[in-house]
Amino acid sequence: MASAEVALKHTHVEKKKKVSERYWQGSGEEKKDEAPGGSHVPGDQPAPLGSQTNQQTRASEKKKKYKAAERHGKKAITRKPDPFPGSAPVPEEKRLKFRRKMKIDQLPQYLTKLRRVVASSQAESEITEKESARHDQLLLQEDAGFLEGDEDEDTCTISQEDIADAVDITAGAKYFNLNLSQFGPYRLDYSKTGRQLLLGGRRGHVACLDWQTKQLLCEINVMETVNDVKWLHSEAMYAVAQKKWLYIYDSSGIELHCIRKFNDVLRMQFLPYHFLLATASATGFLQYLDVSVGKEVAAVGTKAGRLDVMCQNPQNAIIHLGHSNGTVTLWSPNQKEAIVKMLCHHGGVRSVAVDKTGTYMVTSGMDKKLKVFDLRSFKPFQSYFLPAGASSLALSHRGLLSAATGDIVQVYRDVWNTPVKKPYMAHKVHGAVWGLHFCPYEDVLGVGHGEGFTSMLVPGAGEPNFDGLDSNPYRSAKQRQEWEVKALLEKIQPDLISLDPGKLSQVDYATFKQKHQDKVKVLGYDPLARDKFKPRMRKKGRSSTGGVIRRKNQVAHEDKREIIITTLKEKAESAKERKKNNNGQTSAVRSALDRFKKRAAP
Amino acid sequence: MKVKVLSRNPDDYVRETKYDIQRVPRNYDPTLNPFEVPREYTRAMNATKLERVLAKPFLASLDGHRDAVNCMAKHSTSLSTLLSGACDGEVKVWNLTKHNCVRTIQAHEGFVRGMVVRFCGTSFYSIGDDKTIKQWNMEAPGYGVEEEPINTILGKTVFTGLDHHQKNGTFATCGQTVDIWDEQRSTPIRSFSWGVESFSSVRFNPVETELLASCASDRSIVLYDMRESMPLKKVIMTMRSNTLSWNPMEAFYFTCANEDYNLYTYDMRYLEKPVTVHMDHVSAVLDVDYSPTGREFVSASFDKSIRIFPKENRNSREVYHTKRMQHVVCVKWSADNKYVMSGSDEMNIRLWKANAAEKLGVLSHREKLAANYNQKLKEKFQYHPKVKRIARHRHLPKHIFTEAKEHTVMREARRRKYVNNVRKHSKPGAVPMLSEREKHVVAVVK
Repeated sequence: MASAEVALKHTHVEKKKKVSERYWQGSGEEKKDEAPGGSHVPGDQPAPLGSQTNQQTRASEKKKKYKAAERHGKKAITRKPDPFPGSAPVPEEKRLKFRRKMKIDQLPQYLTKLRRVVASSQAESEITEKESARHDQLLLQEDAGFLEGDEDEDTCTISQEDIADAVDITAGAKYFNLNLSQFGPYRLDYSKTGRQLLLGGRRGHVACLDWQTKQLLCEINVMETVNDVKWLHSEAMYAVAQKKWLYIYDSSGIELHCIRKFNDVLRMQFLPYHFLLATASATGFLQYLDVSVGKEVAAVGTKAGRLDVMCQNPQNAIIHLGHSNGTVTLWSPNQKEAIVKMLCHHGGVRSVAVDKTGTYMVTSGMDKKLKVFDLRSFKPFQSYFLPAGASSLALSHRGLLSAATGDIVQVYRDVWNTPVKKPYMAHKVHGAVWGLHFCPYEDVLGVGHGEGFTSMLVPGAGEPNFDGLDSNPYRSAKQRQEWEVKALLEKIQPDLISLDPGKLSQVDYATFKQKHQDKVKVLGYDPLARDKFKPRMRKKGRSSTGGVIRRKNQVAHEDKREIIITTLKEKAESAKERKKNNNGQTSAVRSALDRFKKRAAP
Repeated sequence: MKVKVLSRNPDDYVRETKYDIQRVPRNYDPTLNPFEVPREYTRAMNATKLERVLAKPFLASLDGHRDAVNCMAKHSTSLSTLLSGACDGEVKVWNLTKHNCVRTIQAHEGFVRGMVVRFCGTSFYSIGDDKTIKQWNMEAPGYGVEEEPINTILGKTVFTGLDHHQKNGTFATCGQTVDIWDEQRSTPIRSFSWGVESFSSVRFNPVETELLASCASDRSIVLYDMRESMPLKKVIMTMRSNTLSWNPMEAFYFTCANEDYNLYTYDMRYLEKPVTVHMDHVSAVLDVDYSPTGREFVSASFDKSIRIFPKENRNSREVYHTKRMQHVVCVKWSADNKYVMSGSDEMNIRLWKANAAEKLGVLSHREKLAANYNQKLKEKFQYHPKVKRIARHRHLPKHIFTEAKEHTVMREARRRKYVNNVRKHSKPGAVPMLSEREKHVVAVVK
C-alpha cells in the first residue's frame, strides 16, 4: 500500500510538467523560498521577470482590444453575440392579412378622448396582429397543394388518373366515380368540415356518406323531385328541397320536419353563423328559416320570377340571386328590397359564386360570358368568353374557379388578377353537370352529373390549415357537441346581417348636423326652427292691414339687420386673419388662379 | 409533372391516447373566422345577460340584536371580525365566516353611538348615550369572568361620534365639541368648536393622519388639524350631512352623506364646489364607506336600500335591497374589497357581495380566463344600447321606483321654473345659471 502511495505521488509530480502560475509567484523573495525546496526541473521553471512582462503585455493587449471594441460601439463580451437578436421579424405583407380596418384618421379632431381610446385599442390590436402573423409564419402545419406541368405540357391536359397515380394512396383514393345512372342528375353538398357528402338525385335519391372512408350514412328515396340538398350546421341534419315542400332529415334518413311554409324551393343556402337556411323558390320568394328555433325569420318577395340561381357571400351572409333578365341582386333578411341590383349579363344569369374573402363575385350568363366583379365597388374586373357558356360555378377556399360547360368541368386559377388564357385543369364527366362543390379543406372538387357523382382531384384548391375551433374535420363526437353548444350560444341575430359586418365595432360619431337632420325627418318639422312672427290682433281699429304689415316689416327688418351685422363682423374678422396669415408667409403655394390677381403697384 | 395534393396524417390532428387533451390546431386567418365583430357582440350580450342572471349579492343575515343596529366597526387586523352596537346599548362581536355572534357585551345604557377598533386590533372603544367612553379588550374574558371595560371615561356631554388615530394612541370624539383624547388621560387634550353647534360624526384622514373632518348640525363640514388649536375651514351646505368618509387612496377626497338624498365628494383643498354630486337615493343618506381601493363607495339610506357608487360617477352602479330590510343606519365595506356589511333598523346585519355577480371561492384557471374575457367584452360593448339596457337594469321596490320618478319630475319642474320664470325676468347676468355642483354649497369659511 505504502509503496503504491509513494508511486502515486511520484506520478503526480511527474505528470505536471508545467507548473501553473500562482499569485505568489509575482514576488521575487517567495520565489526564492520555493526554488530550493521544490522538486521542479530547473529548465521548466519560468523566469519570474519574463512572466511578469508577459502578463503585463497580455493585459495591455486585452485593454487595447477592449478599447477598440468600445470605440466601434460594441460591448466586449466574451460570449459570441447573437447575430439575430430579439424575436424573428414579421414581414409587413404577412401582417397585412390580419389588419383590422380601424383608422383613427377618420375621427374628427375635436373628439380627443375618443381618439385616445381608439388609439390605445389600435395599439393593442397591432400586438395581436403581430402575434397572429407570427403564428401564421411558424406554426401552421400544412402546405397547400400544387400541380406543375413539364416543359410545354399544359396542366389542363393532365388526366385525373395520372394525378391519382402520382400522389400517395390516401390522396389518390379521393378520385372516384359513383355510377348512379338511375336517379340523376345529382346535386351535392359537403358539410362544413368537409367530411360528409350529401347527394340528391333529381328523381328522389338522397344519400349521405362519409366520402373519405366511403361509408354510407343513409340512403333514401323520397319518391319526389329533389331540387336541392343542403347540410345544416352539423352533419346530424340536412335539408332537402322537394317538389312541394322543404323537408329536414337527420343523418340516418329519418324525416324530422316538413316545413309547409317553404314551398317550391329550388335553391338553398345555409348561413352557418346565423343558423339560417335561406331558400329561393319558384314563386320568387326568398325565405329565411332559423334552424335553431325553427321559425321563419323573413320572407321577401323578390318580384323577379323563378329563382334558380343563388349563392351566399361567406363574409357578410348576404344572399346573391341571379335573374333571367341578367341582373344579380343582393339581399338581406332585414330589407324588403334588394340592397344592390347589378346588371351583369345580356340574357339570363346562369350561375353566381362569391369567393371566401367576399371581395369577388363570379357570374356566368346566357351570353356565354364569365365575368368577375369587385364587390367593394360593384364594378366588373374581368370578362371572359366561354364558347359553351358555364352552367354552374364554384369557388374554392384558395380562389380556384371551377366552371361546368356541358359535360366538361374546367378549373381556372387567378381569374380576377390577370386575364386567364387557358384553364388550370379540365375533366370530362358523363352527362351534363348539375352540381359543383369544392370540398372544404381538401383538394377535391365534387361534381354531380347525370350519371352520378365524380370526386375530382384539384391540387391547390383547399385551405391547408383549418381552424380547430371553427371547423375541425378530425373532431370527436364530444368536441362536436361542445362546438355545437358554443356555436349556438354565439348565434348571430339575423338583424345584424348587413353589407359591412364590421360596422358594429366602428365609432358612431353622428355629428349634431346629422342628428338634427334625422330628427327633422322623423318629426316632419324642424324643432329648432324659430317660429314665424305673427303680429298680434289688436282691438279697437289699431290692427289695420297697413299696420299689421308695418309691424311685420319692422320685425323682419330687425332680423335682417342682425344677420347683416353678424356677417359683416365675421367677414371683417376673417379678413383680418387672412391679412395676418399673408404677412406671415408671403410667397405660399401659388395656385393657378393667382395670375389673375391684381399686382401691387411697383 | 410535379404534383402535391393535400393529404393530412390524422395522427397529427387526433390525440394519441384518450388520456391526452384534444388537439386543436388554430389558424387565425380572418377569412376563416368571419363575422368576428357580430360574434363578439353576441358574446358580450350573453356575458351581460349572464351577469344579471348570476347577480345574487345577498350572502347572509346576522341576527341576534334585540334593538336596531346603530353602528358598526371593522376589525383593523382580522377580516372575519365585525363589531356592532345596538340602540339598547348592546355590543356584539361577529364571526363573518361562520355567520355567528361570538361575544355580547352590555356596554352602555341607551344607544351605542359609535365604535372604533384600535389600530393594533387588541382593543376597541365604544361611546354611548350614557356620556361614557369605554375601552374594551378584544379578547373575550374567561369563562365565568364578568365583562368589564379596561377603561371608562365619563364625559360632560353626550358623545355622538368616535374615531381613532391611525398610528398614535389618540382618538377623537364629537358631541357638543370635537375633542381629541389621549388614551392615557381622562380629559381631552384638545377641544374644537366653531360657533354653537353639535356634531354628528368625526373622521381621521387615513393618510394625513393629523387631519380630521366632522359633520356639524349647522349644515357644515369642518376640517381640523390636530396640531393646531383652531379648526382649519368649513363648508356650509344647504342641508345637514350625516357622516363622511375619506377616500383611503386619494385622501384629499372625502364623501359626505347628506340629508338632501345626495352624496357629495369634495376635494379637501377646494371646498367651493363638490367634485361630484352622487344622486340616486330617494331619502336621506345615513352612512357612507369607501372601498379599500378608493374607487367606489357604498352608501346606506333611509329609503331602505344601499347603493354602490363609482367615485367619479353621478349615478350608482348597484342597488341592494330586500323586502325585510328597513332603514339602513350603518354600512361598511370589508377590507378585502369583496363584501359589504349593512346594519339596519330591524335589528339585522346583512352581508352582501360587493360585486353582485362575482363567483366566490377558488376559481380554476380557465374560469378566471373566461371571467376576464367576459369582463373585457362587456367593457368593449358597454355603450351599445341593447347591452347598456340589460347591464343597467335593476329591480327596485315600488316605493323607491315611484319616488325616484317623482323626484325627476320635481327636479325638472324646479329647473323649468328657474329658467323660465326667475331667470328670464331678471336682469341679464343677475341670476346665473348654476350647475348641479354649485347649487348645494352656501359658503366656505376659513
